[in-house]
Amino acid sequence: MAPAPATTVADIVAGLPGVTGTRLEHGELVADAARDGLMELCLALRDHPALRFEQMIDLAGLDWPARADRFEVVYNLLSVTLNHRVRVVIRTDETTPVPSVHGVWPVATWWEREAWDMFGIVFSGQPDLRRILTDYGFEGHPLRKDFPLTGYVEVRYDEERKQVVYEPVKLTQDFRNFDFVSPWEGMTTLPGDEKAKRS
Amino acid sequence: MPNEMPAKATQTVEIDSHSINFGPQHPAAHGVLRLILEMDGEVVERADPHIGLLHRGTEKLIEYKSYIQAVPYFDRLDYVSPMCQEHAFALATEKLLGIEAPVRAKWIRTLFSEITRVLNHLLNVTTYALDVGAITPSLWGFEERETLMEFHEAASGARLHANYFRPGGVSKDLPAGLEEKIAAWAETFPKFIDDLETLLTNNRIWKQRTVDIGVVPAEMALAWGFTGPCLRASGVPWDLRKSQPYEMYDELEFRIAVGRNGDCYDRYLMRMAEMRESVSMIKQCLALMKPGPVKVLDHKISPPSRAEMKRSMEALIHHFKLYTEGYHVPAGATYTAVEAPKGEFGVYLVADGTNRPYRCKIRATGFAHLQAIEVMSKRHMLADAVAIIGSLDIVFGEIDR
Repeated sequence: MAPAPATTVADIVAGLPGVTGTRLEHGELVADAARDGLMELCLALRDHPALRFEQMIDLAGLDWPARADRFEVVYNLLSVTLNHRVRVVIRTDETTPVPSVHGVWPVATWWEREAWDMFGIVFSGQPDLRRILTDYGFEGHPLRKDFPLTGYVEVRYDEERKQVVYEPVKLTQDFRNFDFVSPWEGMTTLPGDEKAKRS
Repeated sequence: MPNEMPAKATQTVEIDSHSINFGPQHPAAHGVLRLILEMDGEVVERADPHIGLLHRGTEKLIEYKSYIQAVPYFDRLDYVSPMCQEHAFALATEKLLGIEAPVRAKWIRTLFSEITRVLNHLLNVTTYALDVGAITPSLWGFEERETLMEFHEAASGARLHANYFRPGGVSKDLPAGLEEKIAAWAETFPKFIDDLETLLTNNRIWKQRTVDIGVVPAEMALAWGFTGPCLRASGVPWDLRKSQPYEMYDELEFRIAVGRNGDCYDRYLMRMAEMRESVSMIKQCLALMKPGPVKVLDHKISPPSRAEMKRSMEALIHHFKLYTEGYHVPAGATYTAVEAPKGEFGVYLVADGTNRPYRCKIRATGFAHLQAIEVMSKRHMLADAVAIIGSLDIVFGEIDR
């Protein structure tokens, strides 16, 4: 049984309400969708007889700090009856909540908790929006691009106080981050370019 | 007749309600699961798993590493089936790079995926039996696992953290004589499965503890994101190796075991059946694989041989560039999944054109499975919750990432 041809599915997905565009990326169907009306779209994706995405396989957050809507929420859906996949991408910012889809796929609860924990993406209608992977009492959202790799606090057991203590992180060696973008390939504007534009 | 009111019965009901902390240090918690159980007597009313005690920030770390340096992190996710996780990442990177591994590399990967599957199921089935009180299977199983880990060691140099499947192939070819050793093992191993089955399959206590415990109907399994043996136990014939074949699986002949009841016992049976199928697939791989290159010949992606580096300046430069800078992956995104022993293991890889992944979301199988503990263990006895955890095959390395 080979995977169903993605092009016919793409046409159906493109016609659903809330879908702003579809494309094939490396043979995988990707649909951009609007944030509002996500619930209706997800119900349609699950219940449409030619789509039947019974499973929400994954939810991934992405952070693009330069964009106005900095976060992307990516839903990976799978239909085991019709053997095809789709990826629904929506965008949001730090404060605007995304409608929770835990009513469509109950598995979404933990994925949404993870996205909240890691990125600070807010899901409206999600009754259980606790942190999930980070420590109790953790502050910040570690997978945001502006969160340092080393974090802010470190934990150790204090023998004198007989308890675990949190301290600001101290690095014995400076954090090294190499820039491998070649100055020949990576630099698109060079000093003096503005002179060329002047007539 | 005056309407007689029945005497108002006041009754004081004593509820023995309390919550207990199951884990994080509990041998049946399979690692560092902290499960808050609200009990009514000995019956589980609510189960709230607290996870993340093994969170190491793998996804964040990968964003700061080159693509080659990211591979070893995948061994450390589900440390019971390391090579299958690498496989998902290698396939995703290859897809973004637009390359394909040579045929022999594909065969080796298929072979070792199946060896890893046996390795994983052996650990799961035996420790699961240990959780519900049978000690002998785990003693037997670990001995057998040791043989398989020697194969891992012979191929990659490491028993557990193999770092063997790389984007573009495998790190090196199989050493001489390994194929014969694996073939010899494949002849004797079915006998071991038979022996293991005599201990468990018709064992009265084993059946008392697992049959009709934690029943998951097919619709529920789909809604809760079950994949792999847990989904098939519920009667959904779904296996990525069959339905969306990757690597050389479309050239192999194998059958998919499908359960009927979706209980803990069926999940055990799935794994036993899969081990038998894996052995047959290992034999087919060994029969079908032929000598040839094991990594792509493009030295921008796979390193040149040591001997070549001694003679060729260009090879030396390639080697140096590869292990410092790595390769740049064209911008794009892919979700690539493999049928890992526990279920669908996927990598959502986003590249931005540099030598490091922009984002690498790891779809951990157990993450979805563990979440369903709440609905599965409701109104079960505490001891059944242990059987349910065992049957789900959870490993915290991958759940906490």
